[in-house]
Amino acid sequence: MESISIHIDDVSKTYANGEGISNISLSVKRGELVGLIGPDGAGKTTILRIITTLLLADKGMAMVEGFDCHKQYKNVRRIIGYMPGRFSLYQDLTVEENLKFFATIFGTTIEENYELIRPIYSQIEPFKNRRAGALSGGMKQKLALSCSLIHKPSVLILDEPTTGVDAVSRREFWEMLKGIKEKDIAILVSTPYMDEASLCDRVALMQDGKIMQIGTPAHITSQFAHTLYSVKSENMYAILKSLRTYPLVHSVFPFGQKLHLTLKTGDAADAKHFLQTQGFEEVTIEQIVPNIEDCFMELMSSKKTEV
Amino acid sequence: MRMLLIILQKEFKQIFRNKVMLPIIFVMPIVQMTILVYAATMEIKNIDLLIVDQDLSATSRGISSHFQGSPFFNTEISQMSAKDAYGKLESDEADLILFIPANMEHDLYRNGNAVMQITANAINGMVAGIGTSIVSQTIMQYNRNLVLNYLKVPDTRGIQHQISTTYRYWYNPYLDSKSFMVPGILTILVTAIGLFLSGFNLVREKELGTIEQINVTPIKKYAFLAGKLIPFMVIALFDLTLGLLFGKLLFDVPIVGNILVMYTMAIAYLLVVLSLGLLLSTISSTQQQVLFTAFFFMIVFMLMSGLFTPTESMPNWAQDVNKINPIAHFMRAMRMILLKGSTMNDVLSEFFILMGTGIVLMSTAIWRYKKAS
Repeated sequence: MESISIHIDDVSKTYANGEGISNISLSVKRGELVGLIGPDGAGKTTILRIITTLLLADKGMAMVEGFDCHKQYKNVRRIIGYMPGRFSLYQDLTVEENLKFFATIFGTTIEENYELIRPIYSQIEPFKNRRAGALSGGMKQKLALSCSLIHKPSVLILDEPTTGVDAVSRREFWEMLKGIKEKDIAILVSTPYMDEASLCDRVALMQDGKIMQIGTPAHITSQFAHTLYSVKSENMYAILKSLRTYPLVHSVFPFGQKLHLTLKTGDAADAKHFLQTQGFEEVTIEQIVPNIEDCFMELMSSKKTEV
Repeated sequence: MRMLLIILQKEFKQIFRNKVMLPIIFVMPIVQMTILVYAATMEIKNIDLLIVDQDLSATSRGISSHFQGSPFFNTEISQMSAKDAYGKLESDEADLILFIPANMEHDLYRNGNAVMQITANAINGMVAGIGTSIVSQTIMQYNRNLVLNYLKVPDTRGIQHQISTTYRYWYNPYLDSKSFMVPGILTILVTAIGLFLSGFNLVREKELGTIEQINVTPIKKYAFLAGKLIPFMVIALFDLTLGLLFGKLLFDVPIVGNILVMYTMAIAYLLVVLSLGLLLSTISSTQQQVLFTAFFFMIVFMLMSGLFTPTESMPNWAQDVNKINPIAHFMRAMRMILLKGSTMNDVLSEFFILMGTGIVLMSTAIWRYKKAS
């Protein structure tokens, strides 16, 4: 228990329009990177805003390092690093001025905690006299990360840090998070990208304000109940339409250049036979290992049939 | 303390890097003082007077000549018909028409009584009223001289019973409307600068999302809000000084009172204005909302404040509203201090009302500003 840094228990929050989150429980250990994964509107930001003391929960408890996010918000604000989804630094101040400003309001200096931010800040230091508004997307992100780490927080909260960032910067960013994690900082990050799930220690799959499943990426994919096939052919759209009429099909989704298919009963040979009767000759069907996105789609569709 | 300093430093940097804000701070006082003071003049000048002289006698010419060269009138004398003259009134070429009918002189000397007519375009009631009264006064004056000349003896009939009044205009002996307008324009200047700059600032942080990052920090509420007030207090006082300097140089407005008393009042007044701006900022979510609400308050309070018209002639309910109108209090205090030389004691009630309003607004703004939702 001692190493648990963020702990939320049965937290609910409903907005005026009826949306919100319900009965969320989650914990993050020190030195652990946990990802909240789900589409827009799943409630990821709401959870993060409750932990960062910006939003009060209707019920339930959120704790950071033993401090209550509601009653002891002052203590929480001192030890938390937050990077909002939108770039929230002063665009009309320079890189260095932004960093200095945030260092000072946390009662520290750049020099004091330079070691922690060095791997990140050193990359943008050559531009330290440039206004933040004139930085490229990737550099803005590095500056925002530096500013949220300048007071050596024990918890780092990131709201969709890689949304709208190019593929190379995204990979770099996850590398940086790995480095930060090693300093024994608990990291909670939200993302709409399923492919980033494998980079987290644990992930929570979210949909409609609820956590559908939580665990290590390997654990979640091992829980996949069906045998997964990938279908490849020339005329993907016609095959997709045709497979949706096949009674043995449990689910079929387009996935990049291929279709991912699960069956209620039977195996690949049955499906291939069916497609041949439908006039599709050139079809390859092979069994593959499911990834997080397959699990997410599966959870989503099973939830829909429940309702 | 160190926190407050870095916040102030940040705010000033942002203000001086803002390409729109900076020109406004420097240009607005100059433009307002040079243009508005002239434009807002209360003096009646250049009234278009059309004299329709159908008599063409020595007397009628004598009367007409009295209006030529008068600073109040642009006089045109003609013999056109009444119908044409009304046409001139209609097409706005004349503000006032003086009809001198044919046989006016004849009637005057024969019957001892003659009639003339003044017709005024009363769309602008002030021009019509003042113009008409100047015209009739001038004619009466002429009439008196006429009697004097005609009888060749002083008109003794009235002298014993005549009450004569002399007058003196205190505090503004030459009735210079600029002396009256400059303190008023200065008030408007300080109000606009204070209200809009402080109102826009906090809401801008909301719009840009920077407030999100700030709210997660252990920044002290008072330090953050002080950082939002102090810079604009400094800027508004700077603009007041600049405006006053221009008033002195351009119009030679009297500065009779103690300048420190004026600054004390200005600080009390700015407390009100800046708190109102901050309050609007906390309850709005976009700069547009702030702009419209601030504009609404400013127009209402400004027109009721007595900038152009004396508050004493407003209806009672308006005078009651003016008891809480900060612009009215500050403007009155400014005029009293600058023109009359009033001391702190004389403006004490204004001072306390402003301070009271300021404290109420400020507390509401602080209470309304919450870091969490």
